[in-house]
Amino acid sequence: MIILMGIVGAVFLVGILYSIFRVLRLLNILKGPAKTGLPTDNNTSAWLLLIFLFVFLFGFWWYFFNASPDLLPVSASVHGEHTDRLFYIAIGVILVPFTLLNLLLFYAAFRFRYKKGTFARFYPHNNKLEMIWTIVPGLVFTALILMGTNVWSNITAEPPEDAEVINIMGYQFAWGVRYPGADGQLGKRDYRLIDPTNEFGIDLSDPNSFDDFTALEIHLPKGKPVLLNIFAKDVIHSVFLPHFRLKMDAVPGMPTHFWFTPKYTTAEMREIVGDPSFNYEMACTEICGRGHFAMRMLVVVDEPADYEKWKASQTAWLKMNPEYLSKIPTDLTELARIKSGIDQQPL
Amino acid sequence: MSVADIQIAPVPGHDQHDDEHKQNFWTRYIFSTDHKTIGKQFLVVGIFWAVIGGLLSILIRLQLGMPASSLAWLEPVLGQWIVEGKLDPGFYLGAVTMHGTIMMFLVLTAGLSGTFSNFLIPLQIGARDMASPFMNMLSFWFYMLSSVIFFISFFVESGPAMGGWTVYPPLSALPQAISGSGLGMTLYIIGFILFIASTLMGGLNYITTVINMRTKGMSMAKMPLTVWALFLTAIIATLSFPVLFAALLLLLFDRSFGTSFYLSEIFIAGEALPNIGGSPVLYQHLFWFLGHPEVYIIFLPALGLTSEIVATNARKPIFGYKAMIISMAGIVILSFVVWAHHMFTSGMNPFLGTAFMVTTLAIAIPSAIKVFNYITTLWGGNIRFTSAMLFSIGLISFIISGGLTGIILGNAPLDIHLHDTYFVVAHFHLVMGVLAFFGTFAGVYHWFPKMFGRMMHEGLGKLHFWITLTGSYLMFIPMHYIGYAGYPRRYYSFTNFEYMDNFVNLNWFISIAAIVTASAQLIFLFNFFYSIWRGRRASANPWGSNTLEWTTEKIVPGHGNWEGSIPRVFRWPYDYSKPGAQEDFIPQTIPLKETIASNTDYENQRLIHLENGHEAHKIDGASTRE
Repeated sequence: MIILMGIVGAVFLVGILYSIFRVLRLLNILKGPAKTGLPTDNNTSAWLLLIFLFVFLFGFWWYFFNASPDLLPVSASVHGEHTDRLFYIAIGVILVPFTLLNLLLFYAAFRFRYKKGTFARFYPHNNKLEMIWTIVPGLVFTALILMGTNVWSNITAEPPEDAEVINIMGYQFAWGVRYPGADGQLGKRDYRLIDPTNEFGIDLSDPNSFDDFTALEIHLPKGKPVLLNIFAKDVIHSVFLPHFRLKMDAVPGMPTHFWFTPKYTTAEMREIVGDPSFNYEMACTEICGRGHFAMRMLVVVDEPADYEKWKASQTAWLKMNPEYLSKIPTDLTELARIKSGIDQQPL
Repeated sequence: MSVADIQIAPVPGHDQHDDEHKQNFWTRYIFSTDHKTIGKQFLVVGIFWAVIGGLLSILIRLQLGMPASSLAWLEPVLGQWIVEGKLDPGFYLGAVTMHGTIMMFLVLTAGLSGTFSNFLIPLQIGARDMASPFMNMLSFWFYMLSSVIFFISFFVESGPAMGGWTVYPPLSALPQAISGSGLGMTLYIIGFILFIASTLMGGLNYITTVINMRTKGMSMAKMPLTVWALFLTAIIATLSFPVLFAALLLLLFDRSFGTSFYLSEIFIAGEALPNIGGSPVLYQHLFWFLGHPEVYIIFLPALGLTSEIVATNARKPIFGYKAMIISMAGIVILSFVVWAHHMFTSGMNPFLGTAFMVTTLAIAIPSAIKVFNYITTLWGGNIRFTSAMLFSIGLISFIISGGLTGIILGNAPLDIHLHDTYFVVAHFHLVMGVLAFFGTFAGVYHWFPKMFGRMMHEGLGKLHFWITLTGSYLMFIPMHYIGYAGYPRRYYSFTNFEYMDNFVNLNWFISIAAIVTASAQLIFLFNFFYSIWRGRRASANPWGSNTLEWTTEKIVPGHGNWEGSIPRVFRWPYDYSKPGAQEDFIPQTIPLKETIASNTDYENQRLIHLENGHEAHKIDGASTRE
């Protein structure tokens, strides 16, 4: 019944609009044809363009300053401060032509609206002007490129030797994270070894794997360089740590890397943003399937001492899954039992 | 530039060959080889797809802006894709994918470039038809066939393609990964391959026609910028679409024949796949080798149409005609070497990032030149604000507002944070989506009289313009803010992350703006279809324009375009408001000797040479051979 009424109402509305349109049209025809091709409402359009210009620019700038606290989340990584500085410079650079050119465009349209008896100025070209506005943007862009390549080469430089290495693997629809154990060495990985328990495909023929552990959240040490080795299990994902200005695709068959240095611990960031419940988060930014929007992982930045404490408190993957001992070559079993801590009895 | 000697001399007695042919309904409207009919066919099918693409975008905005509201009322249409009043996340991705594909290819490539290349190229260069009218017809029918296949893919049980319009493998290669990668994706690939065939047939035709079929006197340096833009667009399309064809073919092999071009080391749905050694990044390189030029395939025709409309309505020659051509040519060349700026975070070698950053910012220079030239064209004009002119002014504003953010995204270190966020969405919707739609609208309002012999209603056109201009800015400017805040694109909802809890209201606001703007397009649809049959009759040259299409004897020309001999061209198309001229425009067909008073000194000297019989071919390009 409601639908029926809605339809009747809509038909009625369309009918009214159509009648108004017809009446206006007939009136227009009565006025006779416009001979010059000049629209009858030319001045109205010109004024509307001028009004639009002011409302648009005023609205834009008002909102720009109004929204500026939310413009970018505070950068929590060292390189992020460099990209942020570049970002603000670039925003500053583009907002000047944005304002000026829109101003000129709409103002020109308004000022040079049709006036009876005037002729437009026959002005087909001016090489000097054209040179100027080829060279000036060229110079500005060159400056931006130079600043950009500088930052870019620092970000993509080889990671420091002492970087903390962490493996991250994206899969439908979550993240896995794997840390080296006490030996500081991550073991190998092979996708053919993946099974429901060994989601990472941890290769247990590599002794470095024995003390590796996995975790449900990422912990990072403050002030130490961290190298992320990024893998994908099934389709492409993308590691996105917005607070750290970090993004890198996780590609099946092609390990990728990104290194960075966290600058503020979670506790410090909570104070900076004034939100005691603030958390760093990791998201996926490459479409990967139905659950793409829900690939959240919690990220915690600790003071280096707390980070070491947390690492020490974790249990090796092999110890959690001792049935995999049988898959280890027999000459390595003893080493595996020691390294993974299986032989230690809980106190 | 003596080019006219390849002009095919008109065969006497064959000039009037249009309406005498016996044509029935089928040969006239359906399987027509007349370039004008084919152009209109592209336009109407393009409008159909724009409606579908627009409805999909509303669905997306309902999901994002009003996540709590029930969509149960859509169940009669979407059926199984509405689960307990909620949109299925898989179908949401399908909507995102198909919205992008439809808008970019079926609407703004075929609907824009297909319509206006077909309709305008022969008319503006003074040809009777395309170089290969039959191939032209095939081009439309391949497009139609691909349209049908894309349309069918909405109705298969596993849904349409859901991998985003870029359809990156392995997601798009493995039906286990998402339901849309099943039959829906197969149909997507087939539809796309047919579409590419259509584009290539069209493109080859446009290029051949422009090179070979220009009328006497129409040297390349006298062509309207519209034709230049459409010509250069066809060159980009012809060179880049085959690469996408290859990419999709390899994808098809990976999907159906067990090859490993893009697949390597994948464990999915409980099993390790045997594929080793492929690279998903290879697909990205191949895809973006088309994908980026595609942006310019959409962008250039819109600018070409606008150049013509701005000059005509400002009653002023386009400023820097040669600079416009050179900058478009620069865009064509550079468009092939910027593709990897879509891949800064794909894991490719960082050195490539540096190289592509340089080329990407380089391509901003010709775009900047075009903006400056447009504004200078307006400056000192005598502007008539027709609907077409208003849309053109809107378009220029969008080049400014949307293009400038490209400078940020093209900078690799800044792209790290912004890549695949709403900042990118905002950028390309402004500079490619809305801009190209404004170009299309401007073109339709301007050439409607030539297409259908009637005028569109100007008042409704202006109402349409104001709502669309305001609405577009209200939609896309706020999206930039959501982008910096780190909202990723293609997200079904933003409720899973703590950092995405701000801007809920802004998302609602964008959705409202989107719905209002989309509704305003109904005004256009009504105006368009109403005016075809009931619009006011047009005069021969309603805008006082210089180009050849307004010189046909009939307002809506028949097959063959000109009943008598084809017109001869004596001057460039931008002699507006020439000092000393009686009227504020001098059509291209008026010889220099009839306009002694308004000729420049250079032109009068040329005229003397001509009358002395010297260098005749240089003054008007006419061949002395005939």
